[in-house]
Amino acid sequence: MPEENKNNEMKVVEDLTQSEYKWGFVTDIEEEEFPIGLNEEIIRKISAKKEEPEWMTEWRLKAFRYWKTMEEPHWGKVKFPKIDYQALRYFAAPKQKPQYESLDEVDPELLETFEKLGIPLEEQKVLAGVAVDAVFDSVSVATTFQETLAEKGIIFCPISEAIKNYPDLVKKYMGSVVPYTDNYYAALNSAVFSDGSFAYIPKGVRCPMELSTYFRINAINTGQFERTLIIADDDSYVSYLEGCTAPMRDENQLHAAVVELIALENAEIKYSTVQNWYPGDKDGKGGIYNLVTKRGACRGNNSKISWTQVETGSAVTWKYPGCILQGDNSVGEFYSVAVTNNHQQADTGTKMIHIGKNTKSTIISKGISAGKSDNSYRGLVKVTKNATGARNFSQCDSMLMGNQCGAHTFPYLEIDNDTAIVEHEATTSKVSEDQIFYLNQRGIATEDAVNMIVNGFCKEVFKELPMEFAVEAQKLLAISLEGSVG
Amino acid sequence: MIEIKNLHANVEGKEILQGINLKVNAGEIHAIMGPNGSGKSTLANVLAGHEGYEVTEGSVSFNGKDLLDMAPEDRAREGLFLAFQYPVEIPGISNATFLQTALNEIRKYNGQPELSPKEFLDLIKEKSEILNMDSSLLSRAVNQGFSGGEKKRNEILQMLTINPKLAILDETDSGLDIDALKIVSQGVNAFRSDDNAVIVVTHYQRLLDYIVPDFVHVLFHGKIIKSGNKDLALELEEKGYDWLTKGSLETQNV
Amino acid sequence: MASKTKNANAKSWYIDNFFDFQKKLNGQSGSFINESRIEAIDKLKNTDFPTLKDEEWKYTNITPILNHEFKSPLLTGNPEINAGLVKQSLYTGFDSHLLVFVNGIFSEEFSDLSGIPQGVTINSLNKLIETDPDLIKQYFEKVEYINTFNLVNTAFAYDGFVVIIPDNVILKKPVQILYLTGHKNETVLSAARNLIVAGENSQAKIITNYRPVYDNTYFSNFVTKVFAGDNSVIDIYKLQNESEKAYHIETTKIEQQQKSIVNHHSYSFGGKLVRNDINVKLNGEFIESHLYGLYLGNDNQHIDTHTFIDHAKPNCMSNELYKGILDDNSRGVFSGKILVEQEAQKTNAFQSNKSILLSDNAHADSKPQLEIYADDVKCSHGATVGNIDETAYFYIRSRGVPSNIAKSMLIRAFANDVLEPVNISALSETLSHQIFEHLHRAEI
Repeated sequence: MPEENKNNEMKVVEDLTQSEYKWGFVTDIEEEEFPIGLNEEIIRKISAKKEEPEWMTEWRLKAFRYWKTMEEPHWGKVKFPKIDYQALRYFAAPKQKPQYESLDEVDPELLETFEKLGIPLEEQKVLAGVAVDAVFDSVSVATTFQETLAEKGIIFCPISEAIKNYPDLVKKYMGSVVPYTDNYYAALNSAVFSDGSFAYIPKGVRCPMELSTYFRINAINTGQFERTLIIADDDSYVSYLEGCTAPMRDENQLHAAVVELIALENAEIKYSTVQNWYPGDKDGKGGIYNLVTKRGACRGNNSKISWTQVETGSAVTWKYPGCILQGDNSVGEFYSVAVTNNHQQADTGTKMIHIGKNTKSTIISKGISAGKSDNSYRGLVKVTKNATGARNFSQCDSMLMGNQCGAHTFPYLEIDNDTAIVEHEATTSKVSEDQIFYLNQRGIATEDAVNMIVNGFCKEVFKELPMEFAVEAQKLLAISLEGSVG
Repeated sequence: MIEIKNLHANVEGKEILQGINLKVNAGEIHAIMGPNGSGKSTLANVLAGHEGYEVTEGSVSFNGKDLLDMAPEDRAREGLFLAFQYPVEIPGISNATFLQTALNEIRKYNGQPELSPKEFLDLIKEKSEILNMDSSLLSRAVNQGFSGGEKKRNEILQMLTINPKLAILDETDSGLDIDALKIVSQGVNAFRSDDNAVIVVTHYQRLLDYIVPDFVHVLFHGKIIKSGNKDLALELEEKGYDWLTKGSLETQNV
Repeated sequence: MASKTKNANAKSWYIDNFFDFQKKLNGQSGSFINESRIEAIDKLKNTDFPTLKDEEWKYTNITPILNHEFKSPLLTGNPEINAGLVKQSLYTGFDSHLLVFVNGIFSEEFSDLSGIPQGVTINSLNKLIETDPDLIKQYFEKVEYINTFNLVNTAFAYDGFVVIIPDNVILKKPVQILYLTGHKNETVLSAARNLIVAGENSQAKIITNYRPVYDNTYFSNFVTKVFAGDNSVIDIYKLQNESEKAYHIETTKIEQQQKSIVNHHSYSFGGKLVRNDINVKLNGEFIESHLYGLYLGNDNQHIDTHTFIDHAKPNCMSNELYKGILDDNSRGVFSGKILVEQEAQKTNAFQSNKSILLSDNAHADSKPQLEIYADDVKCSHGATVGNIDETAYFYIRSRGVPSNIAKSMLIRAFANDVLEPVNISALSETLSHQIFEHLHRAEI
């Protein structure tokens, strides 16, 4: 490659690395905060604040007691200073009355925040037909379209409301996919979760619109522990979107969410995430620790759960959205684009556990590493003894940009049935100079060429996203990569 | 030779063959034609005993024996040969080993002595010449890295070597240029005799210019909707399948 | 916790035994190698045996090894060996230099050291420690440590094979090393430290052949070090045919200098529980490393292969191909890591692990890993687990081949790309034969 061209590339890199996190503003809003630290009293206080029934309080306390016996996991290829859990605040909420009758009652500052984030809360603005639940710090501030959904029998509300209004559903399913004993962060979440979204799609109902939750961390030194529970009853379908942002702060913030999906007979759940928590600055200062447990259970025959994630944010990402394929002929899918730049670290992937007969899973993972970041795919495909006819295909590709980052692939295949067909492929490459030159020669600037190539690299995943999300994801990718061509 | 009666077969729960009746005698060449998806390849695979196809009804008698009752290898040893539409590649096993094993297994089954390597090589050499095949293909792995035409020629070489009673050629003409088509036809014509029979499954008439059929059958929606002599193939070439299939749908609707 | 007790018991067994072992050493106790023995046993005091919680051992439970009390042959005495056993244990059909070891101790009687070219060393470690300590001191200075079993090896190894090829020498005949192991009444520990050194521009072929004396329980615990000098070519064939009750753990460490080529072939037939660690460091430019492995499991065999390829310098190539054929209740484990260091631009690294399961109760685990810190590289890995190819199976049967032969053909086809690089033709034929013999299947 000619020297001049190389310099040009370097310039593109420099230009782009100057671009900043656009969602880093802080909303000046009065918040109600609990004292810092964690003990049974705080948990009881959270529970009381939420006016929770006794069983919920007890469950939280059980989780807390269990958590105290656990150790933080260290197997991930991520390094961060030990979190002092007693230095965190476990509850913060905008100081307004917790229930809003209509959007007019919502603090205009808050509405403005969501507007800045491009999240359509006002119903008339929602052309795309997306029902939105907005979670600000730990509390759900607005859920739109509830009535329209109610007509079909669909429940879509903050989980705090669901605990009060639909205790039977919550009791039956919460913790059934991710028990509080599952892992350190799931146990912590079970003890202290403050809100999140709940969705129930009744039998035979195809949810007419995308359900969407936007999460926003605002308050300082506050951990966000939301909990999402989605149940798709027999023959139902739902597509769910999740987006997240946080202000730029020099301190690291903790986000330890739990998401549980349950698909019953013939049901399908599509769960899409665009994760754009604050990644820290270019020297690795600040940013979110995103330590999340997401899992779906295909309980019914012919059920399907599909995870799509675009991970561009967070200083540290530790998440493995998985599927437990219990029902016969059930299908699990995982499509992921994970981009790391500067000092970001991501250790993400999936778990596909084949239990039912003729279960299928597909894993497509695209990792892009730039700057001084480390990006790992870690995935488990397990075929249990009785999972006759199980099929899995995994493709995990990594792309490196520059010579100071790392791209790693750690798949685990555990096969206990001789009729299984399991295939894993992984490649590592860089944006090739030939490709860039070819595009340059056709009149395309290097920066655009790189974006084009990277987008092509991620295409298989983007096509799984709902349209409006796909566009957003592509833009995010371009910004977060900051053109790091080596 | 073979008599198919009211044959019904499913693939993944979907009924593809919906009552096939066909009788083929020694010395005859039958062509089975029909549009894509009519069930031609299914019929070929069902006769060869592919386990992905489930026979739900009907019978097939092959030289007086119940064909459907036999394992795929026993059908082959009884003299049924399928030239595959998509011959599979088997890396690591040479053509020679493969074919010699097959041939000797069939000979053993029929009470004939096994061929020595020398006899086998002589036989292969003789048959390869009919097909203008380079004998170096023999030391290569089965079908691996073969061009489409080479694969089809290799199928015909296997047919000539094994010398079955009934050969079913499944779309053997697809993907062949005119020269290759001629060579393959030469092979088939060299094979045919009063003691054996050929079923040619094809989408196009052009193969039938070189392998002239005694009977032509049109398969549609899993049934033979029309039978005739070689002129039927020419008529199909000229008019396409629509005039037949429309009629068939109408009659079905009545 | 049961496993904790077992761990402690096994440790104290080896530590206690070490004193008895030391008493038997006589002349060797003052040698430099004894210092590393003492160092190893000291280290063992503070090191536990791995459990399933250790990432590198998560699929291999070594408790059965800890349950036995294995003794050095210096304490048990060695069985009588006859020429017939040696003869039937050898790989034949080609000329070779021959070293025979019984329970890890050199047997001069059955070895054939005639015709060794000038300057080439093919000998027993124990003998060389007496006759030429300086020659090997440089290679055995420190305790080799990847896992706890290496410490047991270093502490109890009395002997081993040494092959040193000087610069510019091409060794024509392969060296065959036969390890005969087992004891009639005792569970014996065969520990050997082996060394292969290839000087600049040299070439050698080395066959290690592991066979039982008795079909009973014993523990082969080896450490083998390989140094490949500039521009050297080393072919290593590890042919493991231990008793079906034997435990076999070997760590092979290979260090390559620039432009060297190492071809490592590993065939695992025998053994109840087998673990191979192969670590390769590519410590120069334009190096090639090829690792081929075939592991066959029947009955309750457990076969674990771990590889680690460290690309430390640019412009190198590594290629790994490991295949498992698993029948009955056997379990095959593969874990392979490719590390491409930041400096190692223009690296090509490929890794493939494929397993077929021939029975309902067979089990395969695969953990291929890439850890990459350089951007201008081509790296890939692939892993598949499945049954034999149904389409090919039908195709073969449709030509009249009976199902058992069709299966054998596909097994042979599956093994072919591992067998093909075996460049001693008589050996290749024998190995092909052994595959079917071990799997109790019709040979083709």
